[in-house]
Amino acid sequence: MTFKTISSAALAAVLATAGVMTAGAQHITGAGASFPNPIYSKWFAEYSASHPGVQINYQSVGSGAGIRQVSEKTVDFGASDGPMTDEQLAASKQKLVHIPTVLGAVVPVYNIPGAAKELRFSPDVIADIYLGKITKWNDPRIVKDNPGISLPDHGILPVYRSDGSGTTYIFTDYLSKVSPDFQKKIGKSTSVKWPLGIGQKGNEGVAGMVHNSAYSFGYVELIYALQNKMEYGFVKNSSGKWLKASVEGVTAAAAADAKGMPADYRVSITNAPGNDSYPIASFTWLLIPQHFDDAAKGKVMVDFLNWMLTKGEGEVSALSYAPLPKAVAASVAKTIKTIQ
Amino acid sequence: MNEPNLISLPPTPVAQSVSPENPTGAPDLPPPAPSAIRKFLNSKSSGRVPDGAFRGLMFVCALSIFLIVLLILFVLISSSKLSIHTFGFKFFTGTTWDPVSGDFGALPFIYGTVVSSLLAVAMAVPLALLVAIFLLEICPQFLRGPISFLTELLAAIPSVVYGLWGVFVLVPIIRDQAGPVLEKYLGWTGFFVEPNFGVGMFAASVILAIMIFPVISSISRDVMRVVPPSQREAALALGATRWEMIRISILRNSRIGIVGSVILGLGRALGETLAVTMVIGNHPDIMKNLFAPAYTLSSVIANEFTEATGDLYLSALIEIGLALFLVTIVVNAIARLLVWAVTRNNSAVAH
Repeated sequence: MTFKTISSAALAAVLATAGVMTAGAQHITGAGASFPNPIYSKWFAEYSASHPGVQINYQSVGSGAGIRQVSEKTVDFGASDGPMTDEQLAASKQKLVHIPTVLGAVVPVYNIPGAAKELRFSPDVIADIYLGKITKWNDPRIVKDNPGISLPDHGILPVYRSDGSGTTYIFTDYLSKVSPDFQKKIGKSTSVKWPLGIGQKGNEGVAGMVHNSAYSFGYVELIYALQNKMEYGFVKNSSGKWLKASVEGVTAAAAADAKGMPADYRVSITNAPGNDSYPIASFTWLLIPQHFDDAAKGKVMVDFLNWMLTKGEGEVSALSYAPLPKAVAASVAKTIKTIQ
Repeated sequence: MNEPNLISLPPTPVAQSVSPENPTGAPDLPPPAPSAIRKFLNSKSSGRVPDGAFRGLMFVCALSIFLIVLLILFVLISSSKLSIHTFGFKFFTGTTWDPVSGDFGALPFIYGTVVSSLLAVAMAVPLALLVAIFLLEICPQFLRGPISFLTELLAAIPSVVYGLWGVFVLVPIIRDQAGPVLEKYLGWTGFFVEPNFGVGMFAASVILAIMIFPVISSISRDVMRVVPPSQREAALALGATRWEMIRISILRNSRIGIVGSVILGLGRALGETLAVTMVIGNHPDIMKNLFAPAYTLSSVIANEFTEATGDLYLSALIEIGLALFLVTIVVNAIARLLVWAVTRNNSAVAH
């Protein structure tokens, strides 16, 4: 072996090490929905800790901003509480894949001094409260759903989210499905034109307003209600069963809809069929580019997504999120293989 | 740097004109040697270049104000092009704000911003002026320090703290205590009518009034303080009562400064976002009833910007920013016109 070959071998080894090291030091940035931010932060922190050299940085700037930024390629991945529309996908500068991660749900909250705590609400009753068609707590339709509970002859104050939010999107998506009138007059979006009521910022704003105002009615995320031990109402699902939202009911709704799940996962699971399906629920999605310009980044992302499906999903219940149903997780695993 | 030829030119004629020893200007005498002071001055560099540079720098700084304003205007207009093209002037007169159908009008927000700010100013100005006069003229010495310190402390509280205080303290008071009283005695005006949920235009105005009160109070106090004591003494010597002295010598002399402080307060009220969002109810309606919820320009931007999907929606929100910009300019212009009119009339009366 000559000196030359030895030195070139050493050089190659040094270069290889350097190559590995640069590939290892990966910084990936994402931006988007604030609803899954707690679980995403936890996932990214844990993943970074077990994979030295990988830094995943997530900014919860809102779904709209997340969609815009990943479409403009200013971040490596996005996240959204509502699926992107066909126009948004067409306008994006890169092909994006929707990866469902966890599920959230929305629950009705109310404040009636002196009344029994667990009220029941039919879907059309909720829609008509927000449409201003049901204005009193002792409206015959509310009374009919709640036999044996004396309801006061007092006006209802509807409270809604003033800030654009995935919560409002899920809630209005549901009400648009169950009430044609709601769909026609209000429709679904992250913020809508409420005909009446009071808007408050954030789950905490709505919850605070409902808590402080007698005879008010509002909606908050299930996670928020659970973590703050708030009372919330029953909702009648599509099979006519009264359900109080729970993590299991949400996963059941997702599982019930899994069979008809489109290949790109852009699906609304509100008003899902099935006896145990809680009706006001939704996926939240990561928006991942199909082809990463930087192949190393793509590799890390794929590795993270697989880690999320196997390890990450096991931790979501601790934060009151509903995990993906098994069938959905299995098909997501296949989709991840297509990402480069 | 040095331009000695320009500097050394003047001495000759000066020296000639001031040579008193030889008024006849006899030719045999040599020109007098420059004085020590002149020598010293000549040895120094000219101030012309640094002065010029400094003046240029100041000029650029001053011009940058125009540049910044123009840049803001340009960005606002160019980013809201889509909305401007779609709605035209109707954007400023439309009363619907519907992100679902893509119909955007800013009038309820403009109304909410202007009315809440004007109400706040109407509530804050009398209070602020009375506090300023009290501190300056009537307050015992030992109280003066603490009161003015606390007033300035109020100005330093972040708006989110005001918002929280509004939600937890002010709103329940308006709902349960102040509201019923206002409704009983002023309900006939149509401004205070049930239902009163605590949050709404009135709560927002009150919280804005509290927020702008320290600005108006401390600036107008500073302005009143510089009124020369001779003015007060003159008024008192002419037999004015204390109130007449305050009115004639203090308020009249400092009125321009007071109006300036009010304009500053108004500016803060127009742009205030977070505290207002937390108590105004965020419902875009134009209602005479002050207990009804309302919405402001800055609040809707803060609320909906992050989740705004769709180009038209985003562009409409940026045009809301443009509307806020224009409202601020118009309100300030009106205020300045008012100052001009008031000062002109008053000086005419004084003569």
